[in-house]
Amino acid sequence: MTYSRRTGFPKKQVHLAAGFPGVNHWTVWSDPRSGSQTDFASFVHLAETAERGKFDFFFLAEGLRLREHLGRLHDLDVAGRPNTLTVLAALAAVTERIGLVGTLSSTFNEPYDLARQLATVDHLSDGRAGWNVVTSSDAFHGANFRRGGYLDKADRYTRAAEFVAASRRLWDSWSADALVGDQPTGAFLSDPDIGRYTFGGEHFDIAGRFTVPRSPQGHPVLVQAGDSAEGRDFAARTVDVVFSAHAELEPARSFYADVTRRVVAAGRNPDSVLVLPGAGFVLGDSTSDARDRAREVALAQVGPETARAQLEQVWGAELPDLDPDGPVPAPPTSHDTTIRLGQARHAIDPLAQARRWYDRATTEGLTVRELVIAETTRHTFVGTAAEVAGQIDHAVQTEAADGYILSGHITPTGLDEFVDTVVPELQDRGVFRTEYEGTTLRDHLGLGAPTATTLPTDRTAVSRPTVVGATA
Amino acid sequence: MSSLDPYSVAVALDGAGWHPAAWRFNTVPARSYFTAGHWVDQVRQAERGLLDFVTFEDSLTLQSSNLFTADSRTDQVRGRFDAVLLAARVAPATRHIGLVPTAGVTHSEPFHLSTGLATLDHISGGRAGWKVRVSATPAEAENFGRRTVPQIDERSLQSGAAQELLAELFGEAADAVEVVRRLWDSWEDDAVIRDRSTGRYLDRGKLHPVDFQGSHFSVVGPSITPRPPQGQPLVTALAHSTIPYELAAKGADLVYVTPRDADDARAVVGAVRQAEDRVGRTGARLRIFADLVVFLEDTPERARSRKARFDGADGAELVSDAAVLTDSPTGLVRTLAGFREAGIDGFRLRPGASEADLRAIVTGLVPELQSRGLFRRSYDTGTLRSRLGLSVPANRYAA
Ligand SMILES: Cc1cc2nc3c(=O)[nH]c(=O)nc-3n(C[C@H](O)[C@H](O)[C@H](O)COP(=O)(O)O)c2cc1C
Repeated sequence: MTYSRRTGFPKKQVHLAAGFPGVNHWTVWSDPRSGSQTDFASFVHLAETAERGKFDFFFLAEGLRLREHLGRLHDLDVAGRPNTLTVLAALAAVTERIGLVGTLSSTFNEPYDLARQLATVDHLSDGRAGWNVVTSSDAFHGANFRRGGYLDKADRYTRAAEFVAASRRLWDSWSADALVGDQPTGAFLSDPDIGRYTFGGEHFDIAGRFTVPRSPQGHPVLVQAGDSAEGRDFAARTVDVVFSAHAELEPARSFYADVTRRVVAAGRNPDSVLVLPGAGFVLGDSTSDARDRAREVALAQVGPETARAQLEQVWGAELPDLDPDGPVPAPPTSHDTTIRLGQARHAIDPLAQARRWYDRATTEGLTVRELVIAETTRHTFVGTAAEVAGQIDHAVQTEAADGYILSGHITPTGLDEFVDTVVPELQDRGVFRTEYEGTTLRDHLGLGAPTATTLPTDRTAVSRPTVVGATA
Repeated sequence: MSSLDPYSVAVALDGAGWHPAAWRFNTVPARSYFTAGHWVDQVRQAERGLLDFVTFEDSLTLQSSNLFTADSRTDQVRGRFDAVLLAARVAPATRHIGLVPTAGVTHSEPFHLSTGLATLDHISGGRAGWKVRVSATPAEAENFGRRTVPQIDERSLQSGAAQELLAELFGEAADAVEVVRRLWDSWEDDAVIRDRSTGRYLDRGKLHPVDFQGSHFSVVGPSITPRPPQGQPLVTALAHSTIPYELAAKGADLVYVTPRDADDARAVVGAVRQAEDRVGRTGARLRIFADLVVFLEDTPERARSRKARFDGADGAELVSDAAVLTDSPTGLVRTLAGFREAGIDGFRLRPGASEADLRAIVTGLVPELQSRGLFRRSYDTGTLRSRLGLSVPANRYAA
């Protein structure tokens, strides 16, 4: 988070990731250009485009249950996604340098399974794997899993922290020089106990032998997305990248400062954690052309029925008589959180949020649909390619972010124009790489060798020294 | 199936091959077993041989020379990748061959297995299968810390307690296969409608909860992943005795068995067919594949002496659940014909060495079969299921 991360560059460098368009109303499926949300070819197109643009990583979100609205499957937005890890493993076959980061729940997985899978992807991609650690939002998802139900708020992040510590223990259970493979003497391994580990905590009491040799990055890059104080503290103690929901300049700056404070309080170097907000963009040939296009995109993102559904979600109530093109009704006095299920909620007071929306609509004279557009369309960057490059550069130089996880609104071609026009502008400004310099995702992000984390709850503190210098 | 119908031949890939000393005789360095390139090379070679499919082994603990407990040997291949992800990595680098990873049901989440395998099917254009695995050791259970599993060994295997444990684990496995299959069906093929006039992306009437409640887990569904191209990827299982035969008969499309010879094969086929009757199987009958460990050279003597060399390096004669054949390609064709006459539908060959024996299968055995009119000369364009004569199953939820 300072100017010193890369020597030789006077300006702080921008980091960019390509998010595959998600299952929410930001993704415009009704556009004639929009392609399949599940065909592998769509994933290949976006990953190849992002790699052509020298992006740091390709990113997949995940939701473990189809969303419901008013007790029925939500049918207005894109739905259906392939399995995150399986897509990343396959993308490793068609890309060479770009990082491959997936969102995976620490609540509905087990460390032994997931650590193996992530180490496998790290091997199969020659050191490009990353894991966005999420705790999943509620018990609704639990109905698809063995554990059922959910965890208390307080337990979510203690489990996540133990999960990561246990994973690191597993990744460290093979030393980098464990594999000897000496054919004449028959020494395949250097150590008869290879892979042996134990981890004992409140949530996990596990022991055994790990099956995957130390992977090229040692540990995959760790990312966190979660906005509560517990989530931010967990991120500050644990991860390499924070994926934030705060992209607009001022909220982004205060989030950045908040995370920096927590990172320092956790005893870590603030340069070792990157903050990347999720962002959308609309480009145009001129400033006004971009604004016109942004308006068209917004209208496509928020159709009348989506406007109603969004307001119902924020109001926490069914609004069958609502006219989406009419005035905003009075804010509710009670809130039903089950109106929309399966979508991450952020740590905000729902009644206060509804009042704020209502006040804005009243002050600015907005209809329901206009209000939903104003509040939910995430057009962080709007302008010509040069203007958008300038906005990104400015935000990164002024401590609003270290870069962005960008999602287009068209699958899978929504990033093409950005890569073709904005990336060269960023490169001209000297703030974005023109070639990959390293081979691993840790290299792209300027991260050093991974370290083990030891938790106060862990009864089986590290038995084996951390292996460093294994980034092949 | 008559003995003149084309043969089905699959290859089981694992590490350096199925002889524990094979790694010492391959030309590639040991490190390569942990690179994508090695696996892509292996599968492409199998694809050049027009084989039906390859399987990838996996388990939730380190390999051991002892079937039931861990060992501390340092002179054999140890370490494996997650097999579903390995198959996914290979899929874009191949075009025709079926990809059948092993995945365990005892500790993993049926929901994740279902989406992972469906995705492998999407990525590969309908070439995915699944080799279902039950984890019956305490070593595997301890990696999850959620249940205790008593230690079974050769002596206690037939005891009441051991058989009860196996019945429970295989019962749970049958539940897992059922859930996975329901989840695959939980989206009808035309559930995505993209109806601009109504603003609806989905026809929610074409998505179905699976509402499974079992004694070990419950899953509501529907899946988060649309129905895979094959409808149901090929489900397979290795089975050596009655309880696993019944799991296969209940849940699988194809079973791997381990007959010692053609006579034994007749008995095994009979036992599998009885298991099908006992569980009341409907629909296509199980495809029965014989697992055979093969060492192939120009002459049986050379094959025997290579295996002896491997045995010498390992310090013991190869022990396997499957029959071990040292032969020439012509000799092997004769042996396979005998198995076919005993009712075996196809073969899963386990190469003794991943280099020498896979090469011999592709350049020796396959041409021998082709010259007798017993093996394809090119791939057709269908899915893995269709290659094995299995149709796309009707969706259980479709009206
Ligand atoms: C920017 C952002 C992206 C997120 N993406 C996902 C996701 O893809 N899948 C998921 O299950 N949760 C996602 N979450 C939810 C969080 O991981 C977390 O479960 C949720 O926010 C509740 O945690 P909190 O109370 O710390 O916010 C996301 C959260 C944020 C802020």
